[in-house]
Amino acid sequence: MAPFFLYLAVFLLLPLVVLAVEAFRVTDPVTFEEGWSTANLGTVTEGAYGRAYVGSLQLSAITAVIGAVLGLALAVAVLGARRGRLLRRMVLTAAGVLANFGGVPLAFAFLATIGNAGVVTALLTDTLGLSFSLYSMTGLAIVYSYFLIPLMVLTILPALEGLRPQWREAADNLGASGWQYWRYVGGPVLAPPVLGATMLLFASSFAAYATAKALVGSSIPLVTLQIADSLSSNVVVGAENLGKALALGMVVLVGLVMAFYAWVQRRTQRWLT
Amino acid sequence: MTALAEGVAGAGGVAPDTPVRSGRRSRVAWRWIVFGALGLYFLVPIGASIWFTVRDRRGGGVTFEPYTQIPTAEGFAETFGRSLLLGALTVVIALALMVPTVLLVELRFPRLRTTVELLTLLPLVLPPIALVVGVRSVLAWAPDYFYGTPVAEFMFALQEPELPWILVLVYVVLALPFVYRALDAGVRGGQLRTLTEAARNLGASWPRTMFSVVLPVLRTSVLNAVFLTLALVLGEFTVANILGFQTFPTWIVLVSGAAPQLSVAVSVLSLLLTWALLLLISALDRRRGTKENA
Repeated sequence: MAPFFLYLAVFLLLPLVVLAVEAFRVTDPVTFEEGWSTANLGTVTEGAYGRAYVGSLQLSAITAVIGAVLGLALAVAVLGARRGRLLRRMVLTAAGVLANFGGVPLAFAFLATIGNAGVVTALLTDTLGLSFSLYSMTGLAIVYSYFLIPLMVLTILPALEGLRPQWREAADNLGASGWQYWRYVGGPVLAPPVLGATMLLFASSFAAYATAKALVGSSIPLVTLQIADSLSSNVVVGAENLGKALALGMVVLVGLVMAFYAWVQRRTQRWLT
Repeated sequence: MTALAEGVAGAGGVAPDTPVRSGRRSRVAWRWIVFGALGLYFLVPIGASIWFTVRDRRGGGVTFEPYTQIPTAEGFAETFGRSLLLGALTVVIALALMVPTVLLVELRFPRLRTTVELLTLLPLVLPPIALVVGVRSVLAWAPDYFYGTPVAEFMFALQEPELPWILVLVYVVLALPFVYRALDAGVRGGQLRTLTEAARNLGASWPRTMFSVVLPVLRTSVLNAVFLTLALVLGEFTVANILGFQTFPTWIVLVSGAAPQLSVAVSVLSLLLTWALLLLISALDRRRGTKENA
């Protein structure tokens, strides 16, 4: 067991601790001397950086909900595909690829489809009269859903498979309607895993960098893009430490979301066990 | 009336293999609407990308030039080869680290299960960009604090652009959730405790138990773990980009400016190939599974 814990200590814990400590280092722009200060934390919560946090949080919340709803619908539909065994296997493997392979290929697929020179762009704007830009929050949400829906399918499917048919039969035999079954039996059983999967989608969307970078460069206020910008900046003195403060902020936000999730989970599971 | 019909239909099947029952027309229609709408959403970008790459802008008609020029494109062979090598190394280290861990948790330290489970889930919710900013800060210690010492030499060696070991070490962390879950599923489904106890009672040594009993049981889950890890490494962009290394995904982004059709062609091809490979593995897995059950 020791190698496992040691490995995590060096490659997971150490970087995070260093991040948390060095986020409080600042370089004096005049004397170039390093010192301790909370100035970075103040800087990253206001102005462009503050807007980036808000932008990222909004985008992640919206895409997480969209991904969760559509992914749940797809998962239920896939489970019911009685004849289509092949269909089911194809959907699941495709979901595995899209959810894990990363955002760069997806970004380029969408650039070719509804980007400036995209194949479908002309159809949408000229024929249907839609004004639409891929290089916006809406555009990013459309692309993010492309890997969040599959992620939802993969995460929620085991929970759906755990719904025992006998429960439905018992409910039916007792005269419950479909709605009543979902309201009093299926819904409460599924609520914790659905909430957990939605949190995972949120974290995944919040952390997404590749897609946004490949799609919009840095023209959209997102924390991940701001972090990368501040790391590559040679202009601003101490920008590197600002990037660390921004990253620390992300970790704290994700931690808060997870704490909230754990709290809800404990409340809902009290009567299930 | 319908409730009664449902009850009868439900009682008819002793053990329906799908929890969500089919049969009612409205339900079937609803399912096909979902498949249709989402199918459109998922297929249109792939189809449009293929059209984007084979459409000949100058002469009109169809060309396969973007695909034929992939192998000889500048930087492709180098970065793709490097990504494959990084993937293989990540697989080896991740398995060497996690197979013993999962087995020890199952057989010797069941109390640690929750802790290990939580720790391996951490990389799933922790933003990789935050992790890599931390890694970058640690690496910056080499010139700042350790200059001229063996520690600095070692840290510089990790960052060799030809084969950046530091990427492998970080990728192992990122792959932990997938590797652990795949292996854990195999261990739980395989009744490993019973099997190892039987082997030990019959006089097998620990190494023999390991190689003749445990690893064959875990074959499928190891295969799953290997595949997920490879896919993760081949598609990983954030860590490589922030640490400034050239890998396959960073190369795609790099060439997109000068050769948009090429970058789209590579993207589509990599997605479809990965999918085909995964479909193949799942088909093999299925055939083996039915053979063993029969």
